[in-house]
Order: sequence, then C-alpha cells, then structure tokens
Amino acid sequence: MPKIASITDLAALRDRLLSVRSKDAVLITVCGGPGCQATECHNVSAEVRRELDTNGLGEKVRLRVTGCHGFCEQGPIMVIDPANVFYGQVKPADVGEILNRTVIQGEVIDRLLYTDPATKKKVVTEAEIPFYRAQNPTLLSQNRQVDPLSIEDYLAIGGYAGLARVLAGTEPEKVIAEIEASGLRGRGGGGFPTARKWAACRAAHGEEKYVICNADEGDPGAFMDRGILEGNPHAVIEGMLIGAYAIGAEHGYIYVRNEYPIAVVHAREAIRQAMEYGFLGGDILGSGMRFDIDIARGGGAFVCGESTALMASIEGKVGEPRPKDVHTVEHGLWNKPTTLNNVETWANVPSIINNGAAWFSGMGTDSSKGTKILALTGKVRNTGLVEVAFGTTLRTVVEEIGGGASDGKAIKAVQTGGPSGGCLPAYLFDLPVDFDILWEKGSMIGSGGLVVMDEKTCMVDVAKYFLNFLQDESCGKCVPCRIGVDRMLEIVTDITEGRGRPEQIPLLQELGETVAHTALCGLGKTAPNPALSTLRYFSEEYEAHIREASCPAGVCKSLIEYTIDSAHCDGCGACLTSCPQGAIQGEKDRLHTIDREACTKCGICPTVCARNAITVQ
Amino acid sequence: MSEFLETILEGRKSQPHQLIEVLHDIQQEKGYISRKSGGTISRELGVPLIEVYRVANFYKAFSLEPRGKHIITLCSGTACHVRGANPLLNQAMGLLDVEEGEATEDGLFTVESVHCIGTCALAPVVVLNGVYHPHMTPAKLRALIKKVRRAEEESAHA
Repeated sequence: MPKIASITDLAALRDRLLSVRSKDAVLITVCGGPGCQATECHNVSAEVRRELDTNGLGEKVRLRVTGCHGFCEQGPIMVIDPANVFYGQVKPADVGEILNRTVIQGEVIDRLLYTDPATKKKVVTEAEIPFYRAQNPTLLSQNRQVDPLSIEDYLAIGGYAGLARVLAGTEPEKVIAEIEASGLRGRGGGGFPTARKWAACRAAHGEEKYVICNADEGDPGAFMDRGILEGNPHAVIEGMLIGAYAIGAEHGYIYVRNEYPIAVVHAREAIRQAMEYGFLGGDILGSGMRFDIDIARGGGAFVCGESTALMASIEGKVGEPRPKDVHTVEHGLWNKPTTLNNVETWANVPSIINNGAAWFSGMGTDSSKGTKILALTGKVRNTGLVEVAFGTTLRTVVEEIGGGASDGKAIKAVQTGGPSGGCLPAYLFDLPVDFDILWEKGSMIGSGGLVVMDEKTCMVDVAKYFLNFLQDESCGKCVPCRIGVDRMLEIVTDITEGRGRPEQIPLLQELGETVAHTALCGLGKTAPNPALSTLRYFSEEYEAHIREASCPAGVCKSLIEYTIDSAHCDGCGACLTSCPQGAIQGEKDRLHTIDREACTKCGICPTVCARNAITVQ
Repeated sequence: MSEFLETILEGRKSQPHQLIEVLHDIQQEKGYISRKSGGTISRELGVPLIEVYRVANFYKAFSLEPRGKHIITLCSGTACHVRGANPLLNQAMGLLDVEEGEATEDGLFTVESVHCIGTCALAPVVVLNGVYHPHMTPAKLRALIKKVRRAEEESAHA
C-alpha cells in the first residue's frame, strides 16, 4: 500500500473501499473480545473460515473477527448481517449448521438464540436484546464494525476523517475550542476537562512536547480500555494524532499493561499500519505534520495509572508519583510539556471532531457529557461492557441492562470506580452515572468499573479486600498512604477476625480522612474511599462484627463455622475428596463430619456439595 | 554476553529508559531475571545494578527466582473476589503445597495471583500458561491441575 499523500487521496480510498464492500451479501461477525477469547471464540472463527473455504462461499460471505461487543456473558458471540441475527455461546460444532440453515436458507436456529429471562421468549436480532436496548453505544458500536487488525475496516467507517478535517485548515486553537465545547472530561477517573489540559500544554514553553495514552488499566474490575484498545486501536491513534496537532507534539506513547498481551499486539500492528498508510511519520496527509507513537509496556504496578508515576515508568524508572504542584502539562515526561489522557478519552476525540461538539454535549448531564463505558460485573445476570449516556441511573444499568441478580439473591450494593471509588447501597440506585454526583455520595465513577454485590457479600470484607490491595500496591513514597492505609487495614482485619472494639470505628474514620487529605498522589488521596463509604452506608455490618462477633453475609472466616447437616448429607464423598486439608471424615454413604481443628474454612466444600448440606454458621 | 541477551539489547544499548522493556523481554523468554543477566543489563544500558534490582523488584511483572514450568495465575480482581476467587487460591496452594509466588519442589508449578486480568465478566478466572479458564470452581481447578500432572508423568515415562 503506497502512503496516502493527501486528504483527497484519503477520500478516494474510502469511496473505493465502500464500493467493494457493498457487494458483500452476508457478513458473519464473530466477537474476539477478551471474554469471548476465554470461551474459545478463535475455534469458532477458524471453523467458519474452514467451512467458507471448503464450500466455496468465500465470495458471497465475509467473516469478520472483531473486538469486544460487550455481552461477554453470552460468549462466543456471532452476529449475522444484514438480518442482524444474534447467536450466543456458539460452539465450533454449530458452525456447519449455521452456514447451511441461516446463511444459505435464511432460517433461524432456535437453540442458539438468546432467551429473554423476563419474558422467557427467544430473541432473534441483536437490537432486540434487553442488554443492548438501554445502551447508547457510540464507541462500542465501532468495535462491532471493525476488525482491529484491519486499518481498511476503520477507514470504511470514516476512520481518520477527523484527522483529515483538522489538517485541512482548522487552527489548533479551534480544535481545542471544539473539544471544550463538547464538554469532554477525562475518562480515566479524575474527570478533568480535556480541553483545559490541552490548552495548558499548548501554551507551555518548550519545542518538544509529548502526548501519552494511559492504557495501564490497573483497577480491578475494569476492562473498558482493554475493550477499546484491543477492539479499535486506530480510534485511539487518531485521537492522539488530533491531540498532538492541537498541542504541537511530535511524539507519543501508549503505556499499556503487560497483562493485556492482545492489546499490546493490536496496538503495535495498528501503529505499523498507520505508518504504512502515512497517518504516522513525516508529512502526514501532505500537511507537513510529523508524529510517531511508541509502545511502553507497564510492569504490573497499580500506582503507574497515576500520571507522574506512569511518566517515570516510561523513563525506565520505578513508578513513584511526585508532587503535582508542578503540572505535567508544563513539566511531564523527560521534564517536557506532556498531555496524558486515557484510552477512552482519546477514542472519543475523532467522533467529536466528525460529529461536532453539539452532538457530543447533547448526550449526558449538565456537568458530564457524552457516554461512558462501564464494566458491569459481580453478582449480576448480564456481565460485560456497557456503554450508556451519562445521566443513566444505576438502576437502569444494574436491573435493566444487567438483568438484576444472578441467582435470585437480593442485590445490596454496587462498588463503582475501583479502589478509588466506594460502595453505594441499593436505595441509592436512582442516582445517575455522573462524575460529580457520585463523588458527592462518597464514591466516584472512576474509570467505570461497576461491581454488583448481593447479600452474600460482606461489606467489611470488601473494605478489607481493597485496603489489602492498596497496601500491597502502595509505592511507599509518602507516609499517609504507606502507613495510614496499613493501619486502616490492621483495624479492618481486627474487625473481620473478631478482635474489633467499638472505639476503632471513629479511629478508622479519622485515619481515612487524614489519608484523604494528606497523601501525595490522587490514588493515595482516594485510597480510603472503599472503607469510608462502607462505614457510611453499611455501619450496621461493622457493628455486627464488633458487638455480636458475627458476619451477617457468612464470609469472614474467623466468625463462621462450617457444619454438615445430617439431614441432607448422603455421604457421596464429594466434599471429602475436595478438601485440601483432609479435614472431612466419613465413609462412603455415611454421614460426613468436619474436623474443626484441621478445617481452615477455605470455603471449598460448600461449592462442591450437590445437596447443599454444608452450611455456614 | 549470550546471544540471547545480545538480540534483546540490540538497538537499546546506552539507553537507560529501555530498562523495563528489556526486563519484559527477558522475563518473557526465560521466566525470570537472573543475577547474571541483571549485571549485563546494568553494564549495557548504563544503569547502576542496584537500580536494575530496584526496578525488577518494584514491578510485579518480573521475577528474580526461576518459576515453575506451568504457571497458574489466579485473578484476584474485585469481580473474581466477590464470585469466590479465595477458595480457588486456597485450593491451588493446598493441593500443590506451595505459597503464592513459590515454585513446587519438582519445579512443575508456580501459583501466582494477579490483581485483575480484565476478563471480569467471566469471573472467577484462572489462567494456566496463558490460556484463560472462565467461571472456575475448585473442582474444575483440581481437575485441571491433575490433567497437567498426568500429562507430565506420561511424558516422563515415554
């Protein structure tokens, strides 16, 4: 492919691509997102390819393996267009039948259709599925239309048109003004206005400037950036190009978690293709602009999601944050002016330029514009990536899109925003997804993780889980985070292990507030949120642990005992063979018993008992 | 210097900022960063040995000890935690008689936990040698470990 030398050439290439593609009769889309990969979608797509080759259907039917569609729970997912037929949990053995009956004869295979749990009816098309109905997918809809390894797929949906538009003569200041008018705020957690960052970086002194894409999605329970970078890497690259043009940068970095190997591969390939087509390198589209992007792999440190720590890591150093009174937009990477935005923020930029600021700001609330991708997980029926307009209520996300509780238990809370966010109780589910409103309630939207918790989740244990995580991930540079979080963990551990004292509650509160006020970086300042929010909304659970030495959810090991109920045990031996400690005794077909001394309360035996004879007390 | 290190260091010498990338490449190929390769990296990139050690020690991605032949990675992200990741870790450590991060005595397995691998929709998830196993249960994990063991024993006899 020769380089695209001008904006006219780009338009001509797109017309050519579209005219060829309109002849495709049938398009089979197989989701290749992280969820579907784990359910072995590659075997399904390989089988489709093999069948197409052997049946000579390759001319009429096209296969596209895309990034994440969002509905991971149903993986591997297949959509057949133009009819928009949706098949879930497809196995390689189903492929022959799908090609024969659905593709050739136009029939629908009942068994592979999705069943709406509310109506118990089969749903034929993707558009009718309740999970998708309440969503507003702008970024995720692009995921469904492109093979991440094909720049031509991205060009066919209008890719790089936003870049062409700004290079055609929009002043950098005008680009920044457009982003400002759109109301775009950082999707990585902080929610800082993107245009303000860009403007400050543009105004900063210095010839050499950098743009960085933060793809170090270290929040447990979050995978939206993975979904975009793996599924639509060119949107991120185009966003960075537009940003680089606005700021005046010639070099960029994508800092990506090494735990996302496919994101690394796809980003590398997209950069290679963008170089080949002339979107990266020198004299881009004949404009004289020059820009290139390098990939830096993260080392698995949560703190590197913080901008100054991330920059230190790109420099090859230990990822420790530094005080931010010197702004990174003036002194960032290698002490040069640097603009850092996360994956989702960059990916929104091309759409804003293409569709205009008014289109973007038409979605959302007064202070939070556009859409947000949420990673909906935990004790909820439909898990996966969900994209909704800001202002959509948590109830809509959890109950309508998520389909409510996964196994009939009562939903108690949602945890939003990862280790920097907090737990919000079910009675607050009418709150909208919004940067500022969730913050006022002691949580935050953060990067968009949304973990649903039910009555079997202990909120004190959740606080302990996050404190443990944060203590483990603390870089250790500042005292409030290194020691404060450690002390908070000590207190919460005391409470979960039955040593809690009533006076520890106000101490925990005070410690949390002190850490929030005094820690060095944003991650340290928000570290007490999981503990403080559970104290605020679930104080009765703390009380039960301390005053009654009981864990209402039956989770905290020191406060529970496992017992085998003689009325239900049939002596099948399942628990006996599964116990790693050998703490269960009994002969075949006789009542089994648990040796309390040897039992470590690891929680395995209740999961293997078919008769639910092992109870927690 | 070994040919392997020579290839990895090609085009990166005297560039201290390449330290983490170089460590990644060694970790990926060799499974750990040896004392000897640490010394070579230090000399060739122009980074003090103590800094190489500090960086390798700071980031979770790097191991300073040899790891087992088969790596069992248990996700301990929030979604996996609320859907029962703890019993899985207990099962793996109990069954193999190791602590987290340790290799078994026969060098066959290392059990590790990672804070999130980003497949939360399929929680709890276990990764064995890079292959994802969704919706895990202690019983499924036990079967998986047994399968690998059996395959190893058969290849030893063959």
